Amino acid sequence: MELKTLTYLIVGASFLLYIGIAIWSRAGSTQEFYVAGGGVHPVANGMATAADWMSAASFISMAGLIAYMGYGGSVFLMGWTGGFVLLAMFLAPYLRKFGKFTVPEFIGERYYSRTARIVAVVCLIICSVTYVIGQMKGVGVAFSRFLEVDYDIGLYVGMGIVFVYAVLGGMKGITYTQIAQYCVLIFAFTIPAIFISLNLTGSPFPQLGLGSTLVGSDTYLLDKLDLVLQDLGFAEYSTQDRLSKLNMFAYTLSLMIGTAGLPHVIIRFFTVPKVSDARKSAGWALLFIAILYTTAPAVSGMARLNLIDTFDGKDGAGLIYEERPQWFKNWEKTGLLEFEDKNGDGRVTHVADPAVDEMVTIDRDIIVLANPEIARLPNWVIALVAAGGLAAALSTAAGLLLAISSAISHDLLKGVFAPNISEKQELRASRIAMAVAIAFAGYLGLNPPDFAAGTVALAFGLAASSIFPALMLGIFSKRINKEGAIAGMLAGLGVTLFYVFQHKGVMFIPGTEFLGGMNENWFLGIEPNAFGAVGAAVNFVVAFAVSKVTAAPPSSVQELVEHIRVPKGVDPAKAH
Amino acid sequence: MAFQSEQDAKAYWREHLRLMFILSAIWFAVSFGCGILLADWLNQFRLGGYKLGFWFAQQGSIYTFVILIFVYARQMGRLDKKYGVSED
Repeated sequence: MELKTLTYLIVGASFLLYIGIAIWSRAGSTQEFYVAGGGVHPVANGMATAADWMSAASFISMAGLIAYMGYGGSVFLMGWTGGFVLLAMFLAPYLRKFGKFTVPEFIGERYYSRTARIVAVVCLIICSVTYVIGQMKGVGVAFSRFLEVDYDIGLYVGMGIVFVYAVLGGMKGITYTQIAQYCVLIFAFTIPAIFISLNLTGSPFPQLGLGSTLVGSDTYLLDKLDLVLQDLGFAEYSTQDRLSKLNMFAYTLSLMIGTAGLPHVIIRFFTVPKVSDARKSAGWALLFIAILYTTAPAVSGMARLNLIDTFDGKDGAGLIYEERPQWFKNWEKTGLLEFEDKNGDGRVTHVADPAVDEMVTIDRDIIVLANPEIARLPNWVIALVAAGGLAAALSTAAGLLLAISSAISHDLLKGVFAPNISEKQELRASRIAMAVAIAFAGYLGLNPPDFAAGTVALAFGLAASSIFPALMLGIFSKRINKEGAIAGMLAGLGVTLFYVFQHKGVMFIPGTEFLGGMNENWFLGIEPNAFGAVGAAVNFVVAFAVSKVTAAPPSSVQELVEHIRVPKGVDPAKAH
Repeated sequence: MAFQSEQDAKAYWREHLRLMFILSAIWFAVSFGCGILLADWLNQFRLGGYKLGFWFAQQGSIYTFVILIFVYARQMGRLDKKYGVSED
């Protein structure tokens, strides 16, 4: 069957599945809308969390980034998984015991302050909205590349699908679609990886293949890769640092703390029945995530080697441009791959030196998107990658939209402006908030602000510097009071925003950066994307200092802290 | 609170913190330790085709994280039972 027809069929079938689930799992109460009724099995929640967490960036971009960063790309691998250890030990079980619907709700009650709750809502909305733009773009791009429809139309279709299952089903609909989406995306990611590993090393496990010898030789794959890259003038793959060890340290720590502090991930743990389930569920979530995250570096190394081999040509003197393979031509059309015959010999020269290098554009996303074609896999595998990319983007978008809409309907409307509305009215309000959030996210996807590219990193920086410290201190310290928490959140947020803006421009507008992107002005050589860890440290220090000189929290709050530290006496998640 | 006594409550929290401390130390050691700070030194050893530091950064730390969470869940389950504060 033709590739395009096949892609339509597979993507269409996956969409029908999501809509079918939506109709089957309509939410009838706010409890179902916000926390899926609180009865989700820990393994099922783990799977849903994995899809919720793994976004278009994990599925499409990460392996490509690592392919070019080598060892330096480990910051993403460790950072985006290590955060779950923090989440499991420092946040999830206690917040589940607290037994309410949203993250700002906890902050509002623990710090006995509406102001604290509103500050938390603001932090949540900033990081979730910046994050959702990337997902909407991912949906549009996947459609335009694989189905050859316009970016705009692709985005509308994506919005329509999310609208159906998120507005109808709320958290309940999202949970069950996310489970289906996890299955689609993990299948789509691992199948090509297994094929490539078999081709190159003969091992069906990419994780082992990356550490094995190449088929028909005694040379290890990674040694070959190191050697070939050095010959071309690139850095050695397995030892190439990301700027410096200190920067890698800060980057990894920022991503870890940010991961643990992202509200759309935290609220997933409100859906399980018990505290012990929340702990186990975090383990399952990371296990499901680890399947992709340990496969990705194998894809990176193997795809990089394949790519270099292809550019080398059959005789090793450079690929003859006229004889380039079909996938090369396909991706040239999209502009993701660009060749310029600088020396006019009709052959591809691909080396590190930009003055000589003739592959002027190799978009990093190619590594995952074109991987099956480069490895000459059957068409249905290529079609599957399209469905997988869409599943990754849609599942994360839905989780983020739920976090945003519940913060608006539950925290702002019910919590602050209209405390007397009935449950039915709140449910209607949350559906309207969800619809508005989808329209807003779609608008930002259609008219991406200039700063869209830098924003996902910002989302992590903000979650790390504002939300995580406030939650952790709220659980592990009885002494932190509302003054300390509010001052800490604002200080962490402020320092991080200030650092990012001074190097990347205010609101990322070019020309407004006052210290420039110049590395020599970086604090200790730490890049702006890695600054969340410093912001978090500032938050902790300020929160402690301010709490020390102001009055201790009331005894009811100290009792609340005692209460959430112990599993016994858990209530089903409910409003009060 | 469901504890028999104030002392029990304190002991429970102390044991809990100790477990968290041990697991966090391992969490730190495999990722920031073996994966970053000691990676260059560890790279002189090998695990098949992997240099050891590189392996920790791209594989080993992730496996360890998964194990850490399941160990935490199991040990906490035991601790809850020991002090009579488990949910079931």
